[in-house]
Amino acid sequence: MPLTGFLGMQYDFQWNVLWTGGHGEWLLQGIWTTLRLSALSWIIACALGILSGALRTVPLAPLRLLATAYVEFFRNVPLLVWLFFWYFGVPQVLPRAGQNWLNLHGPEFWSAVAGLSVYHGARMSEVIRAGIQSIPKTLLEASVATGLSVGQAYRLIIIPIALRLIVPPATNESLNLLKNSSLAMTIGVAELTFATRQVETYTAKAFEALTAGTLIYLGLCLTIALIMGQVEHRFRIPGLIVRAGGAEH
Amino acid sequence: MTFEWSVIASNWQFLIYQGLLGFGKFGGGTLRLAIPAIILGFILGTVIGICRLSRRPWIHYPAVIYVEFFRGVPLVMVVFWFWFLIPQITGQRLPEYSVALTAFVVFEAAYLGEIVRAGIQSVSRGQSEAAIATGLSYGQTMLHVILPQAVRNMIPSLVTQFIVLFKDTSLASIIGMMDLTKAAQTVSQREIRPFEMYLFIAVVYWICTYSMSRFSRWLEVRMSPEKAPSKRAALREAARAAAA
Repeated sequence: MPLTGFLGMQYDFQWNVLWTGGHGEWLLQGIWTTLRLSALSWIIACALGILSGALRTVPLAPLRLLATAYVEFFRNVPLLVWLFFWYFGVPQVLPRAGQNWLNLHGPEFWSAVAGLSVYHGARMSEVIRAGIQSIPKTLLEASVATGLSVGQAYRLIIIPIALRLIVPPATNESLNLLKNSSLAMTIGVAELTFATRQVETYTAKAFEALTAGTLIYLGLCLTIALIMGQVEHRFRIPGLIVRAGGAEH
Repeated sequence: MTFEWSVIASNWQFLIYQGLLGFGKFGGGTLRLAIPAIILGFILGTVIGICRLSRRPWIHYPAVIYVEFFRGVPLVMVVFWFWFLIPQITGQRLPEYSVALTAFVVFEAAYLGEIVRAGIQSVSRGQSEAAIATGLSYGQTMLHVILPQAVRNMIPSLVTQFIVLFKDTSLASIIGMMDLTKAAQTVSQREIRPFEMYLFIAVVYWICTYSMSRFSRWLEVRMSPEKAPSKRAALREAARAAAA
């Protein structure tokens, strides 16, 4: 279908390139890799975020300092730089055995997991810290007074409540992780953006390929937002909700 | 595992002058891209934020769609869209710098628009009602009464977003613009010392973003002295901490 005159564009639309010639499989593979990469990084980022977010509120200065240093350094440097650092830089200083393992198991994917999870762990940490700090201090004091150690109080009382409070900003942050996983294409992970570019290169149909990629990302984000809306509804604590973390991406 | 930190000593001038500042034969430059992107993005963001607050549906809904669309798409995708669309529409290839600048302004305006909207909503209704009652027009009320107060409330989230934008400029290297990231890539391909190179630019980025966030905290206190912790309050806090 040739289309002329739209903003002076002369462009021959061929939407069928998206599903002929195996290009559809590339896109599906891309979605699968994006989801795998994001899910794995999300789990590690949450673990790092909960640990460092909790450590930033404990009454022990060296631990607080350590967690603050981690968060401030990693979240204030572009993710792209971290990805290059993990992919090109870190293998250079790994021991021989580590290099061999990486080369056998796909260095691109694991570098991307490392980069995404460490960077988003630092950002998740801020969300979790805001959640913990929104809980009145007396709760920790009461828990300790009943005979729990500080560690137990955090594990059994503070963190479970904080996690229920921060569902909205944590959802925001998780969507950022999903969108940021697109940067993994720069180190050669064949995720969705990579697949989109590949379709574009092979067919020279940029408009169709980019539209497909854009709509898939929008769909993924919308689905996750809907699911998390349900989660928020189910786990909310009436009367308490944290709106922190901001509209960053 | 050995480190060779001398690669930084021999290449830092290229990285800083060309990569960060953009003085060099390649054009580009992280700061030369980030500063106009922040200013133009803020202007467009303000327009979108105000449109989103409009009661007229044909102004309100396009702004909502704009914001929700760009917040659901990765920035890389938007950069590629402009990389492809600009030559299609204008009929000529623009330099990478202009493509990146356009993409960043359009993309970040969606996020900045949300911040502006929240800032305007944080100013109490009485302010605009009083301004209208004294005979100011809608535009005058916005410009002279609401926005100055809104900006003050917005500073923390605004600067956070500016920091995000500053970090995002590294994506311009994907379409080949010579910014700090691209400069480090170029050098590390020649020197084969990626660990030292990327760690060095990480520190450079960190210095820039960290000073931005310190500046924001200073500005916040400076512009709203009532929020600054007074010396007496600090002493009281210290006494309580000592007693506990």
